[in-house]
Order: sequence, then structure tokens, then C-alpha cells
Amino acid sequence: MDRKFIPLLATAGVLIALFAAASLMYDGFASLRVVANLFSDNAVLGIAAVGMTAVILSGGIDLSVGSVVAFTTVLIATLVGKNHIHPLLAAVLATLIGALFGWAQGGLIQRYELPAFLVTLGGMFFARGLSFVVNMQSVGIAHPFYTAVQSASIPLGGKASLSAVAIILLLVFAIAFFVAHFTEFGRNIYALGGNPESARLMGLPVSRTRPAVYAVSGACAALAGVVATLYTGSGNPATGTGLELDAIAAVVIGGTLLTGGVGFIAGTLLGVLIFGTIQSALIFDGRLNSWWLRIAVGTLLLVFILLQRSLTRGKARHS
Amino acid sequence: MATPDSPGNSRPSLLGSALIWPLLSLAALLLFNLVWQPSFYRLVVQDGHLYGTFVDILNQGSKAMLLSLGMTLVIATGGVDLSVGSVMAIAGALAAVLVVSAGLPFAAALVLCLIAGALLGAWNGVLVTFLRVQPIIATLILMVVGRGIAMLITGGQIVTFETPAFVYFGNGHFLGLPFTVTLVVIVFALTALLTRRTAIGLFIEAAGDNETASRFCGAPVRLVKVLVYSFSGACAALAGLIATSNIKAADSSRVGELMELDAIFAVVVGGTALTGGRFTLLGSIIGALLIQTLTTTMYNLGMPPAIAPVPKAIVIVLACLLQSPAFRKQMTGLFSRRATA
Repeated sequence: MDRKFIPLLATAGVLIALFAAASLMYDGFASLRVVANLFSDNAVLGIAAVGMTAVILSGGIDLSVGSVVAFTTVLIATLVGKNHIHPLLAAVLATLIGALFGWAQGGLIQRYELPAFLVTLGGMFFARGLSFVVNMQSVGIAHPFYTAVQSASIPLGGKASLSAVAIILLLVFAIAFFVAHFTEFGRNIYALGGNPESARLMGLPVSRTRPAVYAVSGACAALAGVVATLYTGSGNPATGTGLELDAIAAVVIGGTLLTGGVGFIAGTLLGVLIFGTIQSALIFDGRLNSWWLRIAVGTLLLVFILLQRSLTRGKARHS
Repeated sequence: MATPDSPGNSRPSLLGSALIWPLLSLAALLLFNLVWQPSFYRLVVQDGHLYGTFVDILNQGSKAMLLSLGMTLVIATGGVDLSVGSVMAIAGALAAVLVVSAGLPFAAALVLCLIAGALLGAWNGVLVTFLRVQPIIATLILMVVGRGIAMLITGGQIVTFETPAFVYFGNGHFLGLPFTVTLVVIVFALTALLTRRTAIGLFIEAAGDNETASRFCGAPVRLVKVLVYSFSGACAALAGLIATSNIKAADSSRVGELMELDAIFAVVVGGTALTGGRFTLLGSIIGALLIQTLTTTMYNLGMPPAIAPVPKAIVIVLACLLQSPAFRKQMTGLFSRRATA
């Protein structure tokens, strides 16, 4: 079997082990409802992580996603609440702004050869400040369209049902899977992350691909913001702090190499589900506080990075 | 001076170009304040202590200045340390618990916290050098986990204290100025001495410039890197104790929040190259003062603290652009007259 699937299998193994352990420890954990909730509770993180996967695959990093999520939520709340724009139009507008913001960051990184983490760090400051410019406080969103979408769901039998945000999450993953593995753009991303110089010499449009990758990440972050407004029913300029770190963790745990060029969209979904399972288990337990989530995620991150190290070292020896 | 000559760049012009931008920006900001809010320049002596906006900037900026010293050396080796904010929280939590629950004298707690900070930094260093994890990610792990550890130390509570020595650490006055200023001067002097009067500075720059070549030359690259991350951790611990002392409480979730960004900002704006290989400690101090002056000016103008990141972001990206060779080439192409001057 191909070595490149080993991290993916390891991730799947960890997810199954975690879920099984939690099911043994807590009554009622092993139910379809808990599984369905994993998807809706982590839709924001998952969608942001899709964009992050693209950026990390291309050999970069995007630290601005949490702030872009926050900016989108307040922007939508303001557009819908104050300017009486239809939520659907507001969502499209916000996603375009997110894409434009990401594209500008990618452009700076590509054109002026600036370090990605620094430019997106600036973007993180910028978008966070801007969200407070739009609105200083959290604002609720009341619109018939919102109520309709929030109550829409696909029943799965029993008390379980797949909510609208979970469906959006799965759709985004399906599209990302297709783009990554079956389109020219997807191949360009992998090539760029594998070796930018070779990609350029092969005639791939590196100078266009990199800004586009960051635009995808910006659009995903904005879409995650849209989903956040659906999930919480409000726009909050302080939301999404630390989301970029969780997203990076989910991507790495999902088996994507931080050096770029190697990784899977499906792995990221597994990474997000691992994150969600730990969180749900902590909630089920009730005795453990939320900071254990940070420690657990950090430890998993470390373990998976070390696993990647040993795998890549093994590969280097083979060739 | 233990500094390698980079080809095509003589030492004076290098220093000149590195320090001129932050100094000019600082001057512009001070000029703006002179025109728009003259009260900025008011200094009052009360009970033998100096008070005024300048003193506030020095006092408030002390944490960023301390962090930027450690960060400068880390960035000079081609790395970055994102964990300083979390290390601040851990040190603050540890000190508060040691002083309050264990009843230790503050001096002992201070030493233990410095050791803890250095050990946490060494952990980062080991990840970066021996396990070859990228610095952003290696320190990201501690950034994520660190705040959890700090919470664990305090049991999720905000630990308050009244220990005089601990309160003095961040709020006391020495020679008419806040004690934190003395602290920054001491750490700066020690760092400058160690890096510029011994071979350590040369090793740091060599490690950042070309790691492989340096190792073949016999420079102890790995040891130097671990030491540099340890130093950054110790600086962060010191800054964490100041922040904790400021509010007389260990608030693990808030202490040092976003401070890593301020520290990186100070170093980058100060003129240290992000690619590693050369650094200026004085530039970083000026950078830290610049960011604090910017923040204070905005607060004085009535801008809500939450919006302050916007101008910060613009300055940090501009500072990066000014360092970028591609951007400089484009600019010199636009203003070819300036290029020949």
C-alpha cells in the first residue's frame, strides 16, 4: 500500500479509538445523535479548516481565518439587521469580501516574497479590528429566512437529524475533495506545495495559483462566518479567537504535511471530527474543564507531527 | 564586535538602514502628538516619582520590550516564538500559586519562574533543532497547550495576592521611574553584552544565515538554538510576572493575550530580518516603544482599544514591505532618481 495513506489511516484509527473509548466511558455517547451533532457543532471549524488545508498544501499558512470569521458574522448581522439586505445576498457579498481579502494577502506574499505567517498575522489584526469598527457588540439576527434555514434538517431516524449547517459542511468538503483531486487548480496547489521552483519550471501558473489559494481560504473563512451566524443566530466581533490554531491542528492531525505538497481533504474532515469528539467527551464528562481540550489537542498535534517526521525521514532513506 | 560582514553591505550603512525607519516613524508619531495633543508631553513629579504619558509608555511597553529581546534572538536564528504569550500566563500562574499557596518568598518564586520559562523555551528549542519541526508549528503547540497548563496550575481560578515584593515588581518605583524600566535596562544590557562582546552573537547570526555551513564550520548551532529559545522563554516569564503583578492577580486566560504578536511586530519594525542572520537589539527596543506609543496615542485620541489592531496591522505589513527586496526594486524603479542619490 502507498506510504502516503499511513497518516490518514492513523487519523482514522485515532478517531475510532477515541469514539470507542468515549462510548465505553459515558452512557449515551454512542448514538447517531451525538455523531450528527459532531458535524453541526464543528461546521464553523470544519469549513475554515478546508481553506486552511488548501493553504497548507500549497506550502503556506493562514493565521487570519478566525478574524475573518468574526468580521463576516458582524458584517452579515449589520447588513441584515440595519440595511435590510436579504441574508442570501449578504452571505454572497461577505464570501466575496473574504475571498478578496485572502487574495490580497496571497498577492502580497507572492509578489513581494513576504513570509506568509507575517502577512496573515497582519491580516488577523486587521480583520479583527475591522469587525469592531463594524460593530462593537454582539448583535442578534432576526429574519424569517434565518429562522427557516435554522429549523431545516434531514431526519436520520430516532432523535437524530442532520442540520442545515452540517449539510453545508458536508457540501463544502465534497466540493473541496473534487477540486483537490480532480481539477487542474487542485493539482497546481499540490505542485506548488511540493516544490514551487519545479512548479514554475514546469510552466504551472505559480504567480496566479498562490493568491488564488489564499482567496479560497478567505472565502472558506467567510463561509464559516456565515455558518457561525446560522449556528449562533448572532454576529459577534469577538468570535473565532484561536480558531486558526484549531484549524491548523485539525489539518495536521488529518495527515497533511506542514511542509506542503502532501495531504488529504478527507483527512481534515477526520481531524475536525477528532477535535469534536474530544470536545463532546469533555462535555459529557462535565468534571473536566474546557482547558483540557487545549491540552489534548496540543498533545495530539505533537504526536502527529512526530509521526509525520518519522514517516518523511523513512521516505528520505528509501529514495 | 562579533558580527559577520555580509557581502556588499558595509556595517554602518546596514545599521543606518535598519534603525532609520523605526526612528523616523517614532519621530513622526511624537511630532503628531506635539501638534494634536500637547498634554502628551506633560511630566509631573509627585512623591519623588515621575508621572506622565512618556513614563506610561515606558512602563506599559516594558513587557513588549522584554519579549522583543528574546524574540529578536530567536528570529535571528531564522525561527519565531509564538508561545511567549502562553509562557507569560504560565509564569504568572506559577508565581501566584508559589507565593500564595506555597508561601514561598517572592525572590524564590521569581527564580523558579525564570527556570520554568527557560525550560519551556528549551522544549521549543529541542522540537525545532532535534526533531526538526518548523518553528511556527513547534511554538504553536506550546501556545495552544500553555494556556491550558496555566489554567491547570491555578485550578481555573484567578489567584489574587498582596505580597509586597510581588506587587512592587510591576508597580513599584526605582530612582523615580517605574521599576519595570530598570528591569528592561538590566536585561537589555546583559543581552547586548552577551551577544555583542562574546562569540554567542556571531553563532546566532551564523545559525540564522546558513545553518549547514555553520555546522560544518564547527559552530554549536543546535546548542545555540536551544539556548536562544530558552532565553526567549525566560524573557516571557519575566514579562508574565510584570503583567501579573500589574493587576495583582494571575488571570491565566487573559495574561499575555496577543503579546506574541506585539513582540514579533517590535522585532520586524525594528529592522531585524525575518529570514534570520542578522539582528539589532536596539531596533527591537525602538520597535516596542513605537508600538506602545502608537497604542497610547490612539487611546488618548479616544479610539476604542478593540479597533487599535487596524493601524498596527497596516504598520506591520508596511514594515515587511520595506524589508522586501522585490518591493524595494519596484520602488527604486518608480523613483529612479532616489536610487541614484
